Amino acid sequence: MLLPRLLKPLHKRVGTLGLVLLAALLPPIAELLIPQVNFTGRLQPILIFAILGFGLNVVTGSCGLLNLGVAAFMAIGAYTYGILTVSVYPFQLGFWGGTLASLITGALAGFLLGLPTLRLRGDYLAIVTLGFGEIVQDVLRNLEGITKGSQGLNPLPHLSILGMELGSSHPKLSYLALLAFVAALALILKNLERSPVGRAWTAVRDDELAASCMGVPVVKTKLLAFAFGASLCSLAGALWASFLGSTGEPGNYDFQLSVVALCIVIVGGRGSIPGVILGAFIMVGFNSILLVELSELLGKSGFSGTQNVFASPSNWKFFVLGLALIVMMRVRPKGFLPQQTGRE
Amino acid sequence: MTELEVILQQLVTGLSNGMIIALIALGYTMVFGIVELINFAHGDLFMLGCFLALTLLGVSGLAAVEPGSTASLGALILMLTVVPLFCGALNWGVDRYAYRPLRNAPKLAPLVSALGVSFIFLNCGLFWGGLPLEVFGYGIAAASPKDFPALLPSENLLGASNIYITYREVLVFIVTIPLLALLSYIVKRTTLGKAMRAVAQNPTAARLMGIDVDRIIGLTFMIGGSLAGAASVVYALTYNTVFFQMGFRVGIDAFTAAVLGGIGNLLGACLGGIAIGIIRALSDQYIATQWTNSVVFSILILVLVFRPSGLLGARVRDKV
Repeated sequence: MLLPRLLKPLHKRVGTLGLVLLAALLPPIAELLIPQVNFTGRLQPILIFAILGFGLNVVTGSCGLLNLGVAAFMAIGAYTYGILTVSVYPFQLGFWGGTLASLITGALAGFLLGLPTLRLRGDYLAIVTLGFGEIVQDVLRNLEGITKGSQGLNPLPHLSILGMELGSSHPKLSYLALLAFVAALALILKNLERSPVGRAWTAVRDDELAASCMGVPVVKTKLLAFAFGASLCSLAGALWASFLGSTGEPGNYDFQLSVVALCIVIVGGRGSIPGVILGAFIMVGFNSILLVELSELLGKSGFSGTQNVFASPSNWKFFVLGLALIVMMRVRPKGFLPQQTGRE
Repeated sequence: MTELEVILQQLVTGLSNGMIIALIALGYTMVFGIVELINFAHGDLFMLGCFLALTLLGVSGLAAVEPGSTASLGALILMLTVVPLFCGALNWGVDRYAYRPLRNAPKLAPLVSALGVSFIFLNCGLFWGGLPLEVFGYGIAAASPKDFPALLPSENLLGASNIYITYREVLVFIVTIPLLALLSYIVKRTTLGKAMRAVAQNPTAARLMGIDVDRIIGLTFMIGGSLAGAASVVYALTYNTVFFQMGFRVGIDAFTAAVLGGIGNLLGACLGGIAIGIIRALSDQYIATQWTNSVVFSILILVLVFRPSGLLGARVRDKV
């Protein structure tokens, strides 16, 4: 009994530190091994989607509310960032101003949507958030005068530190900066987990009735989780827009994106922070690295003609996402890295 | 066209579209009433039904028949028999292999599983559209919308009137009304219907009374699926276009209809469907087509927030 007690904290610390180091060294190592692929550019979306996963994880993992409108909050963040930083409009707050503002608008949007709807039953909430996602998309598409419709707002400033824009000129540095973002958020969330707020979230998830009997204000607790999660998703949206240098078109923030976020949380492990990071690696790695690389490879070998729908790997995307959800629910409903729930 | 004629025309269009939505809404509401699951895959099941209908026309060589001829009637009957059978069987299979194993799992699990099934169906639709058949344009552009042959003559039955009522509207009523009557008969008068109502009310008690709960749930899925299959044939003949992402949009309309009428309530689903159809038509006419989806969603959210039990006030209980 003594040995594990001594080893566990040590192993835990080594594990976390090692993970961060490993992640920091990943792009150079990967590029050394496979020189023809630009990994730093491909790995940044993984980190941004990990933040999106954090946002959904607070709502779905910690507090047990199914949110199917994550993409809407991401869109709100991206367009807040876009409107406040693009040169067409008079605000031009720069990277940090836009990012901070997106945190606030995201929280506000989450609060306003949550206020009337969080009293609903779980599955109704899922539908309401799905509907919200579609409405936001429609609004962005229809208010073409402000959002520039399918062109998107661009060019937007890239990530910058102390006035130095990292963007495309220093891809490795901006990768490290994003990694620092993720690590800082992971630390905050880890500590939040053991705070009164985090415990209240878990209590509401595990048994709402029991939690309310113990004096936990259920609706307030849910509302806090919802607004906080929305704010993180919005942050992910702002970082995404700064990464692309554009908001992209409203159609990018669709239901499919929300399902990818859900897959990240479900595959990784609901409520588990390392799980979300792993989930982001698997899902985004699959979606924007594996499928893209496979398509290119097949294209080069001349195997895939445009004629055959089955031959294009990206056509299998929905199939794999759907299968992942079904199989995970049957085989490992708690995900690959389940949340540590203390003594059981 | 006078103002009154515009309104009447929109009411006719809305009513006939609403009847189709009602058929799909019934599938949602029956499944929710009996297992408390939002079957996300239902809209995509409907989409697969549309693809099967088009395939049947292509394979049997009936795609180019004269609208209104005897052969087109034969094609219609062929589609209305095969497609509901296929969709019913498929929905039964989905319940058997994706939902039944999760019946005692936390509520989130079947919901996530339903999302997964919906995505798989979506992908099947994409592949289906890529089949090298003439009706699919030899599968060159799998993802693009496919033309569905017009089997019905488009002449106005009201002669020279400004209000159009064509064979499409007639077909909608000829198909939906008997189906609704049949469903009502099954649920209210037969042993199966009695068992379905018992399982919806209390599965444990139903099991203790000797009802095979899993079989009844499977049959409910089958009935809901075949209604969606019938709806898909009528829909395809009305709109004359089929594409793999159509299920999401139609599914959301139908789910809104089910909630609007009071989920779990069969009559409510029909009235909700008609209401949504008419609201969509009026919104297209008086607000703007690009805002119609937002209007439907806003109604859904408002109904859920202010009257979660729906307009007919069906039972809403949390199973503990």
